[in-house]
Amino acid sequence: MRTAINKEELYSRRRFLKNLGGGVVVVFCLGEMSFSSLFAQNHPSLKDLDFNAYLRVKEDGRVDCFTGKIEMGQGIVTSLPQVVAEELEVSIYDIDMIMGDTELCPYDRGTWGSLTTRFIDPVLRAAAAEAREVLLDLAAEHFRLNKTDLQVKQGVISVKNDSFKKISYAELTKGKKVVRSLANKPEIKKAKDFKLIGKPIRSLDAEAKVTGRAKYSGDILLPGMVHATVVRPKVFGSKKIKVDASKLSDFDGVQLVEKGNLVAVVHSDPEVSKQAAKSVQVTWDAPVAKTNQESIFQYLESTINKNKIFETEGDLELGKQDSTIYKEATYHDGYKAHASIETHVATCYFEGDKVTIWASTQSPFGTRSSVARALQMPAEKVHVKQIFLGGGFGGKSNSQQSVEAATISKLCGKPVQLVWSRKEEFMYDNFRTAAVVKVAGGVDSKGELKVWDFDIYCAGTRGTELFYTIPNKRIRFFNQGGVHSFGTGAWRAPGNNTTTFARESHIDVVAHAAGINPLTFRLNNLKSKEMIETLKLAAKTFGFNKEKTSGYGYGIALGQDAGTLVAMIAEVFVDKETGEVQPIRVVCAQDMGQVVNPHGATLQTEGGITMGIGYALYEEIEFDGGKINTTNFNRYEITRFSKTPKIECVFIDKMDAKPQGGGEPAIICVGASIANAVYDACGARVNRMPITPERILAAIS
Amino acid sequence: MKQISFTLNGKPVSLKVKGEESLLTIIRIYLEQTGTKYGCGIGECGACTVIMDNEAVRSCMILAEDIEGKEIISIEGLSSEGKLHVLQEVFISHDALQCGFCTSGMIMNAYGLLLQSLNPSREEIIEAMESNLCRCGAYNRIVDAIETTSNEIPKKVKL
Repeated sequence: MRTAINKEELYSRRRFLKNLGGGVVVVFCLGEMSFSSLFAQNHPSLKDLDFNAYLRVKEDGRVDCFTGKIEMGQGIVTSLPQVVAEELEVSIYDIDMIMGDTELCPYDRGTWGSLTTRFIDPVLRAAAAEAREVLLDLAAEHFRLNKTDLQVKQGVISVKNDSFKKISYAELTKGKKVVRSLANKPEIKKAKDFKLIGKPIRSLDAEAKVTGRAKYSGDILLPGMVHATVVRPKVFGSKKIKVDASKLSDFDGVQLVEKGNLVAVVHSDPEVSKQAAKSVQVTWDAPVAKTNQESIFQYLESTINKNKIFETEGDLELGKQDSTIYKEATYHDGYKAHASIETHVATCYFEGDKVTIWASTQSPFGTRSSVARALQMPAEKVHVKQIFLGGGFGGKSNSQQSVEAATISKLCGKPVQLVWSRKEEFMYDNFRTAAVVKVAGGVDSKGELKVWDFDIYCAGTRGTELFYTIPNKRIRFFNQGGVHSFGTGAWRAPGNNTTTFARESHIDVVAHAAGINPLTFRLNNLKSKEMIETLKLAAKTFGFNKEKTSGYGYGIALGQDAGTLVAMIAEVFVDKETGEVQPIRVVCAQDMGQVVNPHGATLQTEGGITMGIGYALYEEIEFDGGKINTTNFNRYEITRFSKTPKIECVFIDKMDAKPQGGGEPAIICVGASIANAVYDACGARVNRMPITPERILAAIS
Repeated sequence: MKQISFTLNGKPVSLKVKGEESLLTIIRIYLEQTGTKYGCGIGECGACTVIMDNEAVRSCMILAEDIEGKEIISIEGLSSEGKLHVLQEVFISHDALQCGFCTSGMIMNAYGLLLQSLNPSREEIIEAMESNLCRCGAYNRIVDAIETTSNEIPKKVKL
């Protein structure tokens, strides 16, 4: 596996070098690699392969910035140019982002985990700073002066005391080919010198998106292309027994494609392709249903025995003895879909033995290897192109649709477009896992947490390190393969939505049992100074101690994800007759280190909260084993306009710090802040998400 | 097969169809105007919203046989002579989008609303937009954007 990755990295690097035009290029590599080693034929050492940013100042003065990351709405198409422009001293509008193209961009595993701003920003800043120094060197040579006598502004280098003497980046790079590798750490700017970092910048891709010009995978229409429709079983994981395609003769120009369990129909008209596919009768051998959305929790708890201790300290028994209040509870969270508005799409064509693909994928390089593996072809014969994604949220981390499209294209000999229907999207979504969290917590007579026992089934341990001071604690993670009837996978801040819901609901439970206000209780028991500051900022912004009228409630939740600390306070109104919840207001304070683009960070936070309202209140996949009964948005409610609360985002000011994650963190606190606000509003403690009107009414009575 | 005629973005179109094809397929695939998006295929998400005879409709739910003689406007027809429509401008200035996939439908649905009522209240905007889904969570900004537009339209733009 490791070798495969090495080869991929090597391949993209060679390709890049081969295609290199004129200008100034800075290649960023971690470690002490000499650039000449890139041309070596023998296998370089692993550290030499950490080669993860390219930047090129072109002969027209514009800058190409290459990254293997993709844009799916999270806004890095704006924030990455922002840091490059800052260090390179050019206009942000002079930067062209080349993203996720496997022949042009450096290898990247995938766009997930709120990694881009944390790990690509510093790399690109360093590369841009180096490029600036190279250009200053060239200018110094040109003017026969020292670099210190020069200044640079908006892509023009001038002599400090003689503003008539100036030369632009474009003039400097014309006819030159300078390639630098970044072996030493260049001087990057301090916060006090920032002109762009920390300033709000509006999305650079907005105009393309409001005009319909932005291209997504399904917007690529190729000459001679056919539209594929895959004949799907009713039950996930079914095996094909036999195919009856006798009725296909009713349709002119259709072609049947079969390989293993894949049965598909293609036609140049998608309407015909769909109709024709319906006429194909496939007999499937379906796995027997073991669970449904109600029985799953008991099933997980009784089936999974294997566990790993994630965190442990002190003695649980002792902690229990020290506690005057000891509360146990079990929290449940059902399966959730990613429900991006764009379904999985791939458009591809073969030219000889090489396939070119536009795919809605969060991992272009992963798609390249999946397709290469499935079609038994070398990775360099698979080219995944840059494209916009209509949402991802972790759901576009796999490459199933690309493998299907490429397989079909190879077999039918034509360019193919495969657009998953919404029903297929729900079936092959790789849902956020259903999970059980069993919690016990105790406090002493002084209101101090003494014990915490936290058993997580399936949801994982991301973000579960305790930021409260608790002398006796244990966090265990129970998991086992094969317990789910369909695919599960990463969903925006994987697992952390569920575990934060359980932890922060239960903190409220013990606080209320101890008769202490949940804000005071948290402030008294928090260990992390940064978390205390973040919570105080949220409470102040919200006005937590404000009077509220009957039916209204406030709820707090704290969490950590991708290096960012989150403090959220929600206000809801609950109709006690119907159990309906109306989210009124959400305040989110975050300590995310340096905020590169406060506007972009605000958009991500607002988006996370809005999306999070859905999992907290409405979203749940219904199923009988591998048969997914939730097939479309009429049976899967996500947040709508009328249910979106007023949202306020505030950030701790830390401009000299390292940037932390921004795409995921905020969403983790939505479930618990809503659950706690519902309790505050009507006294209903609902331990299962989504917190539906029925569950609220049941909890009230 | 039968011949149907209609206009898309002001241009006359004549096509041979069976009749059961969706307007969405006609626009996206037959006429290659890909700004209109497929999201659910059952009129539940609004990503495919276009204007038909001055009314916002879900193009995935309209059959080819029902568009004879209709005037259809898709997102590509909203800006004129290279100038963005005020709705597009305010979506940009409010950054009322993230991934952008629901955006065409949002803008066309909002345009449909403004064609019916020039100065809708915030509540009316929310009600009219309620069935358009956005997973990235740009709702509040979309309402803010439309609200500004509705104040500006009578002065600035001929509908």
